[in-house]
Amino acid sequence: MMFHTVNNFINRFFGALFRKKRHIKLGLYGPPNAGKTTLANHICMDWLGEEMGKVSHIPHETREIHVKEQINIKSGGKELSFNLVDTPGIATKIDYEDFVRAGLSAKEAKKRAKEATKGVIDAIKWLDDMDAVIVVLDSTKDPYSQVNLTIIGNLEARKIPVLIVANKVDLKRASIKKIQAAFPQYHLIGISAKEGTNMEKFYESLFKVAK
Amino acid sequence: MITLQFINHSTIQHLPPERKVRKLLETVKEDKIILLEGRLTKQEEAHLIQATMEHINGRFRGIELSVLSSDQKQQGLMKQVQHSLLGLLTGGRHGITIIGPATIVKEIKKDPDKIQLLMVEARAAKRKKKP
Repeated sequence: MMFHTVNNFINRFFGALFRKKRHIKLGLYGPPNAGKTTLANHICMDWLGEEMGKVSHIPHETREIHVKEQINIKSGGKELSFNLVDTPGIATKIDYEDFVRAGLSAKEAKKRAKEATKGVIDAIKWLDDMDAVIVVLDSTKDPYSQVNLTIIGNLEARKIPVLIVANKVDLKRASIKKIQAAFPQYHLIGISAKEGTNMEKFYESLFKVAK
Repeated sequence: MITLQFINHSTIQHLPPERKVRKLLETVKEDKIILLEGRLTKQEEAHLIQATMEHINGRFRGIELSVLSSDQKQQGLMKQVQHSLLGLLTGGRHGITIIGPATIVKEIKKDPDKIQLLMVEARAAKRKKKP
């Protein structure tokens, strides 16, 4: 009951926001390797016919803020227009040795680590500019990580509407229930951005909140 | 040898966010694990992450951070009211925050009612401290 009341509130809040502003900034936030850029690429391929950024199994592939302007989503006579902002993954530690273990040379790893630290700082700075945020979480990982709690807590403190995406549901260890249990007050959608699973429902939820 | 440093809430309570974060980071960079009474605000946590990123170098690889506190959002209305009152009375002193250097603390697992600190193997930690 309480969950539905909160959900309705979020839906109304999202809706009011989309109606009021023409070019809203829709941010993609989350920890590294949760699939933010994979989701951004899926959205851009579906509606613009081009990808947004490079993806990699090595964490911190996205180290700069990327913005795709004027994405128009149309369905059932309705239309949504937004600027999509893909942000670097937020982390509390960056160890260049992890990149070396992933196959980079020491020089490349140190460069990547330096750029990644700047990316985290920029991602947090950009929080203030967002009108709404999709928090992308890896559904095979522990949802109670402090990074997740800090991101969502900061969005809440700034009164920025949030949609949580539980990504990688195609994997065996995925658990949407765990994420729902960790963040019961938020609207949540389980998808696989890589496989395209549940993307229709993901777009529907964007439309629902934009009513 | 692992050093745990307990920081009383009253020690940092009145510091502005920047100084609070600086004090915590300075302690962590001395390879100490902080047990902080109470918790930082969400904005201070974000500021701590930003400041940590600015300090990362060959020797300092970042922090592990975790907060153990009852979550008012997962409770009933009466509990939420009680929680808010408790927060007002204790001045944000409830809960405990653990901050450790990533070269020593590998992972902090939260269950969410208990915290487990997984430490980096001593030899690996020593190697990582070399610039």
